[in-house]
Amino acid sequence: MERRHAVRADGITKCFGDVVALDGVDLDVTQGQIHGLVGPNGAGKTTLLGLLLGLAVADRGRLEILGQEVGRAFAAPDGVAGFVDGPGLYPSLTARQNLAALAALRGNDARTAGIDDVLDQVGLTDVADDRARGFSLGMRQRLGLAAALLTKPRLLVLDEPSNGLDPAGKRHVHGVLSRLAADGTSVVLSSHRMDDLEVLCSEVTILATGRVVFSGPLSKLATESRELEYRLRTSDPRAARDLAAATGGVKVVDDAGARYDAEVFVVRALTPALDELVAQLVRSGIAVRELAPVASPLEAAFLALTDQEAGR
Amino acid sequence: MSAIVVAEPVAPARRVSVARSYRFELVKLVSQWRIRLLVLACWVAPALFVAGVSQQSTLPSDTLFGRWMHATGWAGPLVMLGFAGSWALPLLTSLVAGDVFAAEDRLGTWRHLLVAVRSPARIFVAKSLASLTVMVVLVAGLAGSSAAGGLLAVGNQPLVGLDGHLLAPGDAAGKVLLAWLCALAPTLALAAIGLLGSVALGRSSMGLLLPVLVALAMQVAQMLPLPVAVRLALPGYAFIAWNGLFTDPAQLAPLLTGVAVSLTWAALATALAYLLFVRRDFTNPAYDGSGRRAITVGLLPLAALTAVTVGAVAVATPSTGSGIEQGKVQKSLATVFAHLYRLQTEQLHRPAVTEAQLRASAACTKSDGQAAQEGAGNDWRCVVSWHLPGVAVTGTAIYQLDITSDGRFVADGDGPKEVNGYFLVRTSTGDAPNPLWQFDGNVELLETQ
Repeated sequence: MERRHAVRADGITKCFGDVVALDGVDLDVTQGQIHGLVGPNGAGKTTLLGLLLGLAVADRGRLEILGQEVGRAFAAPDGVAGFVDGPGLYPSLTARQNLAALAALRGNDARTAGIDDVLDQVGLTDVADDRARGFSLGMRQRLGLAAALLTKPRLLVLDEPSNGLDPAGKRHVHGVLSRLAADGTSVVLSSHRMDDLEVLCSEVTILATGRVVFSGPLSKLATESRELEYRLRTSDPRAARDLAAATGGVKVVDDAGARYDAEVFVVRALTPALDELVAQLVRSGIAVRELAPVASPLEAAFLALTDQEAGR
Repeated sequence: MSAIVVAEPVAPARRVSVARSYRFELVKLVSQWRIRLLVLACWVAPALFVAGVSQQSTLPSDTLFGRWMHATGWAGPLVMLGFAGSWALPLLTSLVAGDVFAAEDRLGTWRHLLVAVRSPARIFVAKSLASLTVMVVLVAGLAGSSAAGGLLAVGNQPLVGLDGHLLAPGDAAGKVLLAWLCALAPTLALAAIGLLGSVALGRSSMGLLLPVLVALAMQVAQMLPLPVAVRLALPGYAFIAWNGLFTDPAQLAPLLTGVAVSLTWAALATALAYLLFVRRDFTNPAYDGSGRRAITVGLLPLAALTAVTVGAVAVATPSTGSGIEQGKVQKSLATVFAHLYRLQTEQLHRPAVTEAQLRASAACTKSDGQAAQEGAGNDWRCVVSWHLPGVAVTGTAIYQLDITSDGRFVADGDGPKEVNGYFLVRTSTGDAPNPLWQFDGNVELLETQ
């Protein structure tokens, strides 16, 4: 099966004076894939997104975007759109005027550029003629996404697109991104919202201090050999706790967190040991009413990997 | 095993043309209430001001051509030009050019703009052209509106020039237009300094204020007893040098020098702003382009340009010192007196005389001859002598002169009162003060061969 790549970065290094923002970063983004970029503040996410958008050039390494090798000159190839550090909007213009000005900049007629369509996609039709000055952060994010969609991108680069979005806005944005990916557009997005990334992304890259500490499918993260903590609620907490303590590879964690509940306790285990515990609970006639990771696999992996990197 | 291929190649980065980018920048500028208000103010307020002042009994006689606002509508745009050169144009350049780059930093829109246009160089050109366009619209408004106000309120009458000669209405209109066009050169210099400040100082309000501060510094410098070469080498001199258009012959050398210096400043400041802008790192959101290096790169070449232009003007012109010398003061005063004497004669319905028949001359001393007979000051005292055909006696009149460092003077009649005292004369536009009572003139700072 052929996998077409929208982005191929090989050993990208970018320095700002003495600060190494990116240190030999590799990144592959498959066409039609939503690829998440995760990392603590200062990890180099914005710098990497800036390189994809043509805002800067790498000091070393090779970067290929949509089949075009990016040279020493600024500017990404046609077909790349998006934003870093929030969408760029002009507060004195209305939402429609912002998009019309952008369409005119690209030589498109504002009437035929699909402005109404993209406003509808991001759920801003009702405020199309309101000045952007009065927009909330979430509305600005959606208008920024609409501006990117206007260019009919083949690679969409978004920095924290869910910032400030209410649940309805988030649903709109997730729907748009999923449809774009289904239509073959590649999306690279950074976020601190692990739940968003887990819902949207098929692959993630975790950055720490300018280096890639993990890159691959989310499923691979879950199977990485690291223990996760799970909340366990059963019909007989005391017996379940004893059983867990006796099960090999399972540790009972006394601290149940802020939400103290006598029926709930937390265990730490690898997936096989957890499976064994569940089997034993069932065999002992103890009903399992809730079993959920305290932190998502991505979040746990993120914390573990970035802690490791920071500790180096 | 899956094969890896890259996506179908797309076209390389297609940059947005300067024309489209320019239109985009204009749309952004015009959408701002501040700019709309400025345009409205520049196209309406001068007309109201000039028309209003022209109807007052007291005229702004301390402003050049202010004392002639009752006599002709063409004095109004020149009064406005004097005011604009001091205050309005520096302020307008601050608000337009001084903010055109910094606004993107404030809004956080640089990355958006760069992704859309894909060329920092084209963004720079488009922004510069858009701010220049707005500035020209504002200047045109100031000029057109003040001229319209004057013509509607007073009428299309001849204008008394700075050396007292009469300019026919058509000639006056052409000279007024030319004077405003010349004032565009220092305006461009200030606008370029505004661009440089906006690029080099980022979000700092100092960037916005830079044209005003530079203009203020230039005005202070013009008030100081600086050597002529230094005075002419400053970009603000063209805001004064247009005065020379209203003498006969026109004092073109200082005007052309001032315009050339202003345009050189405009070109250099724009080039420096361009270099700083295209080298800026836009990936760092915390960095707005300001910094010690940016300020150094922006300021040092301008300081060097000042030194070079001072040297060039000093070498190219034979004038040294203040440029205000006894001989030039005497010649200038006698010329103005002769022209205005003719005007007074006509207004008093006396037999006409020509300047040649009058053979006016002046003898001036500074500080009663106790100090060097040159330089600015209000201690110049002159005795003007003239002859009338068929009259054996030589007429004399005394004037106290207040000469400023830029060569402009106000002559105040000190007797005899029948010649230069205060009395009203009847003119076609109504009663007016005796033209020989108080009048303006200027001393050409550069030597004329």
